[in-house]
Amino acid sequence: MARLFLHRATAMWLLLVSATALSWEFGHGFGFGAQHRYATVMVMIIAFVKVRIVFLEFMELRHAPAPLRLAFEAWAMIVCACLLFLYWPGV
Amino acid sequence: MIRATDTAVRRPPHVPGEAGVWVFIMGDMWVFALFFTTFIYYRAQDVALYTSAQQHLNQSLGAFNTFLLLTSSWFVIHAVEAARAARAALSRRLLLGALLCGAGFVAVKYFEYSEKIHAGLTIASNEFFMFYYVLTGIHLLHVAIGMLVLVYLWQASRSASRNGAELDISLLEGGASFWHMVDILWIVLFALIYMTR
Repeated sequence: MARLFLHRATAMWLLLVSATALSWEFGHGFGFGAQHRYATVMVMIIAFVKVRIVFLEFMELRHAPAPLRLAFEAWAMIVCACLLFLYWPGV
Repeated sequence: MIRATDTAVRRPPHVPGEAGVWVFIMGDMWVFALFFTTFIYYRAQDVALYTSAQQHLNQSLGAFNTFLLLTSSWFVIHAVEAARAARAALSRRLLLGALLCGAGFVAVKYFEYSEKIHAGLTIASNEFFMFYYVLTGIHLLHVAIGMLVLVYLWQASRSASRNGAELDISLLEGGASFWHMVDILWIVLFALIYMTR
């Protein structure tokens, strides 16, 4: 039973929860003070790093054929880039 | 000489679940990509309105819901692992754990919506709240569908066990992938709607 839970996924879950806590800190002034535009960029980048971890580790795309994996990696890259591009001028 | 660890690392490529599930997931994710970019585009047109309206959101509840969905995903991964190890009863208990987290997410959302509505913040209040209700509402619908899928998988596993058979693993993998997609969409929604300043 213990072997089942001492799985790589448990470490990834911990990493994802920690990343959420880190983005919370950035969202509340950590590191950048009043420079909230940089904090928001960090929040968005962390969100897409989390998305990529879920793709590769939880959805098992790490072991999937390259085209399927690439389709999801491309989604994360394109959407993250578009959001940052559209966010910046509006700050 | 091939060692056991070598074969464990170099797993042959494997598509979890049916190919059709992945087509559906990819399609759904592009629709959401359009929602995300539309939101951030309109936000850029009136930053002051979006920033002031966002102050009324409860970020703690949003973060707690992120935690609930991440934890539910953890349960689902282990439910798949347990089923692969032919431990159907354990797999079903883990599915119930995921369902409980999903129910927790819905309860938090219900509390959040009712809090807003009592404060007079409705879908008609302003553009920010229009996006807030529509985007989180469509996501909530996905959570509900995902929970129905989990119930179906639980049921299918139980009837397979009663017949002395194993649940078709690709069915479980497909359902699990859909549930993880629901998790992913929330990760982005939380960053965009609750945290973007």
